[in-house]
Amino acid sequence: MDEITSVFIQEAQEQLAELEAGLLQLEQEPDNPDLLNAIFRAAHTIKGGSGVIECHFIEAFTHGVENLLDAVRNGEMAVTPALASLLLACRDHMGLLLETLAAEQAEPDAAILAAGRQLSEQLLDFLTDKPADPGPVHAVTLRKATGDVKTSGGGIVSTDCWYISVRFGPNVLRGGMDPLSFIRFLASLGEILGIETITDALPAAAEMDPESCYLGFEIRLQTRASKADIEHVFDFVRDECELRILPPNSKLSEYIRHIQELPEDTMRLGEILVRCGALTQAELDQGLQEQQRPEAPRPELGNFPPHIGEILVDQKVVHQEVVEAAVIRQAQVRDKKAKEARLVRVQADKLDQLIDLVGELVIAGASANLLARRSKQADLIETTSTLSRLVEDIRDSALQLRMVQIGDTFNRFNRVVRDVAKELGKEIELVISGAETELDKTVVEKIGDPLMHLVRNSLDHGIEAAALRLERGKPALGRVSLNAFHDSGCIVIEVSDDGGGLPREKILAKAQERGIVPPGQGLSDSEIVNLIFEPGFSTADQVSNLSGRGVGMDVVRRNIQALRGSVDVVSVEGQGTTFSIRLPLTLAIIDGFLVGVGKSAYVIPLDMVIECIELRDRNAQRDFLNLRGEVLPFVRLREMFEIGGKRPARENVVVVQYAGQKAGIVVDQLMGEFQTVIKPLSSIFRHLRGIGGSTILGSGEVALILDVQALIQRNEKQEDQQLASRNPGQRPISQS
Amino acid sequence: MTCSRLLALTDDLTIYHALELKPFLLAALAEADELELDLSGVAAMDTAGLQLLILLKAEAQAAGKALRISRHSPAVSEVIDFCNLGAKFGDPLIIPAHAAP
Repeated sequence: MDEITSVFIQEAQEQLAELEAGLLQLEQEPDNPDLLNAIFRAAHTIKGGSGVIECHFIEAFTHGVENLLDAVRNGEMAVTPALASLLLACRDHMGLLLETLAAEQAEPDAAILAAGRQLSEQLLDFLTDKPADPGPVHAVTLRKATGDVKTSGGGIVSTDCWYISVRFGPNVLRGGMDPLSFIRFLASLGEILGIETITDALPAAAEMDPESCYLGFEIRLQTRASKADIEHVFDFVRDECELRILPPNSKLSEYIRHIQELPEDTMRLGEILVRCGALTQAELDQGLQEQQRPEAPRPELGNFPPHIGEILVDQKVVHQEVVEAAVIRQAQVRDKKAKEARLVRVQADKLDQLIDLVGELVIAGASANLLARRSKQADLIETTSTLSRLVEDIRDSALQLRMVQIGDTFNRFNRVVRDVAKELGKEIELVISGAETELDKTVVEKIGDPLMHLVRNSLDHGIEAAALRLERGKPALGRVSLNAFHDSGCIVIEVSDDGGGLPREKILAKAQERGIVPPGQGLSDSEIVNLIFEPGFSTADQVSNLSGRGVGMDVVRRNIQALRGSVDVVSVEGQGTTFSIRLPLTLAIIDGFLVGVGKSAYVIPLDMVIECIELRDRNAQRDFLNLRGEVLPFVRLREMFEIGGKRPARENVVVVQYAGQKAGIVVDQLMGEFQTVIKPLSSIFRHLRGIGGSTILGSGEVALILDVQALIQRNEKQEDQQLASRNPGQRPISQS
Repeated sequence: MTCSRLLALTDDLTIYHALELKPFLLAALAEADELELDLSGVAAMDTAGLQLLILLKAEAQAAGKALRISRHSPAVSEVIDFCNLGAKFGDPLIIPAHAAP
């Protein structure tokens, strides 16, 4: 796939996310024009981009969506729940089309095409149903220039024409383009009612380059075309020209602002506008006089000249709120631009490569350090220690680069909650907090599915039906919240609801029925509710198509454990349930427990270590010991990895736990806790079981990280084999 | 005594000739007090050509000279009319039939 396509896909996905967020918010505030504009812009950007990369199936479909949005934006139809749902469905369809493009298929599948046609028809139905536009079907691509545009209470310029101002850049002619031809083409969109050629930029004869363009045009155009269509005319010279377009019935202030923004003299431009017929003389005089009126004594404003907005407010032309909204909007646009300017897109594999290199740097730095210390030259030692400090800083910053905010992941659930709540006929709101909490990108990507499961579970089983909620004295509007925060080197993600809570009795009964818990065993409340994470457990009386399919919580727990995290549930019956997921901040660093066997060092992930004990009775030929009355199977690393050398006088057992199982690992030395950067093993070793990766010690030596899960499983398998062969003395060496 | 001069252009007033036309036209203007351009032989005019005419007009005005354009070819009058510059040049223009109201 060429670069431009992949850039388009990425950007289009971002636009789709914006579109969705906008649509969801629009349901709450159907009259918010800023939202409508933002939604329209997103759709328009996707359409434009798909045109550029010549992906016509996306372009064609999005065009229909854009038309509808345009009609809504122009106030020709109201935002109804049905409309919002249709637009959301269209958004999803655009997502599917994007996936088709990403999969490098020339055409979408027949099913997708059919769905697209259906949606397009629905879009057209909406458009043609509207009473305001009796025009023929093909006219839906055009907007009614004389349409009834909602305004902000006065200050409207009485013209029903587009006002277009264009200044061509000097290189347009040299680029082989004739500005006049663009204006002529513009005339084909409608009727040019007035045009003024602006020659002010033309320098004196001596400086004038006959191959540079100095002209500009102020045009009044009557057309049914949309702003996008007008902009489209100038596509070829977009970078080379300054284009300003004022829609019909723009506010006087917009014309005044337009005048101020142009390089030419204000008064002269004003005249041009009048000559062109865009403004009447009276309107112009009013606007300009107000602007130039000497400042009335208003101490609280200092010496600043009044802004056009204030003038208009003073004149009671525009309501204060409208101006405030506009100002906020401008600030938002500025902020967004600033934010975009601060961001650099980097491919993830480049980052990985960087982190890899930093790892190498750490190793090289460590060995330099060691050599320096051996040489006993004070200067050298000092230099290398500075170096290694810097290297550590670089490592930390490099890992920091991978950190992303969890907010985007959370925001996706707005849609899920809306759709599921609608499907279930419940009223549920989603409350998001801690969206700015950062965690590793890989973790963010993988946490989506487990979170989705938990949220759906809360929606489906957690929140009760509205009637039941009222009966229980709760507000009818249910609430699901997502929260994230940092806690001692981990990130904690909470999914909570204010629903019915987990029924302890039912869970216990079910667990006993399924044989998960032996009858009569005493369990604490928290142990009981955590039973829902056991395989094959579903408490729903009624299996819905959302959750409760039996592939429930155990999968969630497994997925989270695969990220070296844990999940926990706290529930108060009748008041709600909170799931807490605890995850390491990054997959690239673990807290390890360093152990030694012979001359080799190994790292065991610290969160799996429960305790360390001395191995007594060490000559017994058996693979288990008695841990306070419990049978603890163990493996001897020395034998398992066939390490030579004599066993030391004291051997230690590290007791580890994984997925509820305990096992012992017999090692020579315990060397303490150690924060480790995991370096994956090369692909030659991918079949190696029992080793999860490697890391570099401060001394520059390599330590292998034990894959405890694989060790325990291997142990179990061996036991089974031994039982099967009834030959307990034999200890086969793993070939895998 | 005023020196009047009539200059008939036959080249197209386009970007392709703009570079050579500029010194030629300016020299012609410098030599005369009144310059009349006969544009009947101009088959095409684009933005570059239009710019040259505007420049010439401005230079003439600055020097207190007169620049008249006569016998506009259809191509020239169409451009001047389209850009609404007829008044600026101040020359009698034949209103083409299609532009008549």
